[in-house]
Amino acid sequence: MESKLMMKLVVGSEAIFFLALMMGFVYFAYFPGFDPKSLALLDLTKTGAFTVLLLASSFTFWRAEISHRNGQIGSLKGWLAATVGLGVIFLFGQGMEYNHLLVNQLVVSKGTFATGFFTLTGFHGLHVFIGLIMLAVVLYLTFLGDFDRPQSSVISAVGIYWHFVDIVWVIVFTLVYILPHVVNMK
Amino acid sequence: MITDVTIPEPQAPLPGAGVNSSQGLLQWISSVDHKQIGILYLLMSLFYLLVGGALALLMRVQLMAPENQFLGPEAYNQLFTMHGTTMIFFVLTPAILGFSVYLTPLMIGANEMAFPRLNAFSFWIAFFGGLLLYFSFLAGGAPNAGWFNYAPLNQMQYSSQPGIDYYCIGLLLAGIGTVGTGANLIVTIISLRSHGFKYRYLPIFVWMVFINGFLILAAFPSLNAALVMLLIDRQLDGHFFNTASGGSALLWQHLFWLFGHPEVYIVVLPPFGIISEVIQVYSRKPIFGYPFVVGSGFAIALLAFGVWVHHMFATGMGNTMNSFFAASSMLIGIPTGVKIFNWLGTMWGGSIRFTTAMLFATSFLVEFTIGGLSGISFAIVPIDWQLTDTYYVVAHLHYVFLGGSLFGLLSGLFYWFPKMTGRMLNEKLGRWFFWLFVIGFNLTFFMQHILGVIGMPRRVYTFPNLPGFGLLNLISSLGAFLMGVSMLVFLYLLYEALRRGKRASDNPWDGYTFEWLTTSPPQLKNFDTLPPVFSFRPLHDLNHPEIGDHKKSTDDKYGT
Ligand SMILES: [Cu+2]
Repeated sequence: MESKLMMKLVVGSEAIFFLALMMGFVYFAYFPGFDPKSLALLDLTKTGAFTVLLLASSFTFWRAEISHRNGQIGSLKGWLAATVGLGVIFLFGQGMEYNHLLVNQLVVSKGTFATGFFTLTGFHGLHVFIGLIMLAVVLYLTFLGDFDRPQSSVISAVGIYWHFVDIVWVIVFTLVYILPHVVNMK
Repeated sequence: MITDVTIPEPQAPLPGAGVNSSQGLLQWISSVDHKQIGILYLLMSLFYLLVGGALALLMRVQLMAPENQFLGPEAYNQLFTMHGTTMIFFVLTPAILGFSVYLTPLMIGANEMAFPRLNAFSFWIAFFGGLLLYFSFLAGGAPNAGWFNYAPLNQMQYSSQPGIDYYCIGLLLAGIGTVGTGANLIVTIISLRSHGFKYRYLPIFVWMVFINGFLILAAFPSLNAALVMLLIDRQLDGHFFNTASGGSALLWQHLFWLFGHPEVYIVVLPPFGIISEVIQVYSRKPIFGYPFVVGSGFAIALLAFGVWVHHMFATGMGNTMNSFFAASSMLIGIPTGVKIFNWLGTMWGGSIRFTTAMLFATSFLVEFTIGGLSGISFAIVPIDWQLTDTYYVVAHLHYVFLGGSLFGLLSGLFYWFPKMTGRMLNEKLGRWFFWLFVIGFNLTFFMQHILGVIGMPRRVYTFPNLPGFGLLNLISSLGAFLMGVSMLVFLYLLYEALRRGKRASDNPWDGYTFEWLTTSPPQLKNFDTLPPVFSFRPLHDLNHPEIGDHKKSTDDKYGT
């Protein structure tokens, strides 16, 4: 119970951190307007696909929690591994995108849009990475038999964090990839 | 009728590093005991108080006479930046966390914090944050853009030495530690209260710590975000705050003050709690209007996030914006005023003992009220336009931070020192310290109100010989040296008490709350058994069953 409460407080604090970064992004991206050339470099469909995979990892984690509660250790291991896998794929996708942008000379110093974009997505990526470390530890402990009994609240605490990271991405994706097209069409 | 409740043994052994040295340095470094970490926080705070004070004295030497050339402008910029940053982030913040971490488990009848290892981690990361900040002196120059580090002065083209980078990293580390401790305190208060310890029986201090935890969690992320954005600006050539390439200087101000104003309350709410305890005990009365003291704490915490633009009236945000924030800033005077009356009401008709702790608590009421009144004068926009960036602001903020926060903390130190160390402080020397400090403080900063009104700008390394400037600055500097002398008395006082102070009994002041139930100093395990809790003065009920708050009606008990 204590670790869940702790995680809720941390996530609440982190939410404000991301809110501040988003404010920074929106402030520049919407007021001076978007640089169409930078925007054109973002691949909506590809990132959209990776977004779906990240959201799927929230589903697999939810299944893992249920398996844990029912004491089904085998499927707990499976769903946890799937969650880790999906998270890794998402980070891989982000790496590919960054590579594509850097090849096309879109770097942090290339205007306010680029600065905001890399800061926002970069910090989200960092949080995914931290989440993956936690998930890997949980998976390892599962193999050691630490979660054989359904009482432990560690898994649900990690879950709160992981779902939070997913929700943040939904907002980031909407702000960075979708809204600009709507705004620019007008 | 009073039966003791046995504290259950912890289900899992308390985490420890397995270090096998009884009381050596290694034992302190590896400790996860909340009392030791609390003391470490306080020692860190004392150390930086001396360092930050020395920086201030250097500044006052420079300002002692007109057109003085003791320090150049470069050195002066670094000094006032480091002075402010040190005092706020590495003196006041660790001091309030130290008292919170030391006392909260004791007051709620717990044997540890909810997360002892996180507690140790939070302290040490803040400790190293402070070291990193000071390392900047060796690395090519300290930060020099003021403690609030305004854009665009914080950018590479204006401050190319690495000081501001160390500022970012140092404060980021300390900030992460503060958030960790804030969350840890909330969880501790929610989940580790002893059996039957209802929320309405919590000591005021614990209430303030609880509210403060939420303030920390909500305020520090804004600062942390601003710091990483600034680091990206400086290291990766980003454009958040760089006005030369499309960035916004105002964005920094918004993010900084969205943190900065609540930070004022973060370092003053626990002192509110401290003096609530001190005034109760030395007036031999329960606090007057308990629900109002707690409720106004909540009101302050909520309002704290709706007033930050009063630091930005001079930036041209327009009349609507200015009027809104002027109104909200004046509003915050109401809950603060309520508290002042609660404390006066507690003293009213009590049999007051003016110990050093009580002297500090009483002078807190006076000095903090002065700071509050000058604060309200800033909420009036035209006055703000006239006085912003003058010494009037310097005077105001020192009345709030010293006259408020620090006086509360010193009051707490004199009150709890016997519990923490098992030794009594010398009351006679305590009085000397108190009077020297209070006189020095008022000499230094009261003059600065006048200096501000007659137009002396802050953050400028010297001043021309205009009428009044020389004399007022001289008085201000002499006051600062008086405070310096009083600090020597203070250090001697602590040293003497630790070396040959009188042994303290478990409950020397006839206190009301559970920390006075343990031995002085407390053992590693705080409590074996606890009496049941029927009021917010559980120990008083135990020691004075004939008065027994638990027998009183709710109105009587809570002073409503
Ligand atoms: Cu303010």
